[in-house]
Amino acid sequence: MSASVSTLSAPLGGPEPEPHKARPAIRIRDLQKSFGKLAAIERISIDIRPGEFFMIVGPSGCGKTTLLRILAGLERATSGSIEIDTQAGSEQPENSMVFQGDSIFPWMTVWNNAAYGLRMRNAPAAVVKERVGHYLERTGLTRFADYYPHQLSGGMKQRVSIARAFANDPEILLMDEPFSALDAQNKLLLQEELLRIWDEQKKTVVFITHSVDEAVYLGDRIMVMTAQPGRVKSLVPVPLPRPRNIIELQKAPEFGELIAHIWSGLREEVQRAREQENDEAQQEKRDKSQQ
Amino acid sequence: MSTQTIVGSPEQSFALSMRARERILGIASPIVLLAVWEGAARIGLIDTRFFPAPSSIFAVLIDMLRSGELISNTLVSLRRLALGTLIGGLPALVLGIAMGLNRWVRAIFDPLVAATYPIPKSAILPLALLIFGLGEGSKIFMVAIGVFFPVAINATTGVLEINRIYLDVGRNYKANRWKTFWTIALPGALPVIMTGFKLGIGIGLILIAIAEMIGAKSGLGYMIWTAWETFSVEQMYVGLFMIAIIGFVITVLLNELERLIIPWKRG
Repeated sequence: MSASVSTLSAPLGGPEPEPHKARPAIRIRDLQKSFGKLAAIERISIDIRPGEFFMIVGPSGCGKTTLLRILAGLERATSGSIEIDTQAGSEQPENSMVFQGDSIFPWMTVWNNAAYGLRMRNAPAAVVKERVGHYLERTGLTRFADYYPHQLSGGMKQRVSIARAFANDPEILLMDEPFSALDAQNKLLLQEELLRIWDEQKKTVVFITHSVDEAVYLGDRIMVMTAQPGRVKSLVPVPLPRPRNIIELQKAPEFGELIAHIWSGLREEVQRAREQENDEAQQEKRDKSQQ
Repeated sequence: MSTQTIVGSPEQSFALSMRARERILGIASPIVLLAVWEGAARIGLIDTRFFPAPSSIFAVLIDMLRSGELISNTLVSLRRLALGTLIGGLPALVLGIAMGLNRWVRAIFDPLVAATYPIPKSAILPLALLIFGLGEGSKIFMVAIGVFFPVAINATTGVLEINRIYLDVGRNYKANRWKTFWTIALPGALPVIMTGFKLGIGIGLILIAIAEMIGAKSGLGYMIWTAWETFSVEQMYVGLFMIAIIGFVITVLLNELERLIIPWKRG
């Protein structure tokens, strides 16, 4: 269990980057995860600040989802540690995840889906009503509260998933490519919506994406990961002011420079990931022909 | 969601007339059959000792309704069917879902279920009579055993087929075991479980008829059996007719129930 301890006190020892600043919300040290012989992620050490919108980009298969699943407590690290700073005596859950793809329950109405986390921790009915009502309103779903998911579009389903995570009022929000399955227009709308909702409380967010644009639109800082095994390739701050308007942002010269900068680093890794895939395919072919 | 129906007025009116035609044929075919049967029996084309005219079967049915014999036997069979379904179905539901959720439970019970499932349930009747005697117990047990297997097997399959992501959501949102059962496993597997119940009750109906033919003093199976002994073929047909009606009504009711408790299922 050493991999997912939540500590209240600042840990002893280890480098404390800026001791006068607030404790990091998430402190990851030497995190490693292997599936059998295969190393998915390796030597990841990062501090994520409280209230930071932290983006992770990397080539597909680089272990970003694995990292997020470890943070979510759905997977155990092979070694290393994660410390999540929770407030003493707080009833807030540590984290809530917005999953990639369809994750809202088909057998529950929009309302019951959004209320799921609160109900699982036995929140009082009044609290459930207030919070679910609030986030359904913020995501434009109030009218659809009694609908079942099969009556909704893909974008609306993902809104429900976001409402569910926010309504649960966690310390940290984890988002695993929540918009990857949406068309460009819907994606833009949901990104803007997400920023507006996030602006209310500025919770710590860890957000995975494969889109460099999305990383720059949303993030305070972007971690670029290497091809498998996933390591930290670079950490890029996004010094763009908030609140952000995504359309306006695209006109800003800094925006283009940032994209180019991040993409140049990422491109090598995507290239490397592709070569690895080719090698594997060839290896497989060779193995087969030998049989 | 993947299929699209093109709804235009010419196609629609065509579809409606097709449906109307189907319905008319559906009502007409049994009527025509009965009429042919009646005619054939009257002119002596078929042996009325085995195939009595529908009109004479109907007359016997009316008599049996008047005497209360038909209704009391039907109620007795229905009661056994209902109790057997509950006694067999509920443990099967719990065990099946537990097997779906927990690999250890599955490892323990899967071989047992797999080994006992192929035994023809009717072959267990002598054993059931030995253990439970000639009373209600053996009849209810036979139905229960018939309902148990399809429900248990379908509940396991239903849970195993639930998309993993829903269980991840449950874990991430800290659903405990009990809540995981109620909010994810049961509703997620419910459509498949309903199919299991439909199959199980169908088997239960077969088994109750068999069980009542041997060592019973009441029920539709008993009624059919005594009809054979007294060679009153009409009464036999009345019994068969009642069993068919029960099967049909149960199917209709279960389909309605399904629509009611699975409102998220399309169509």
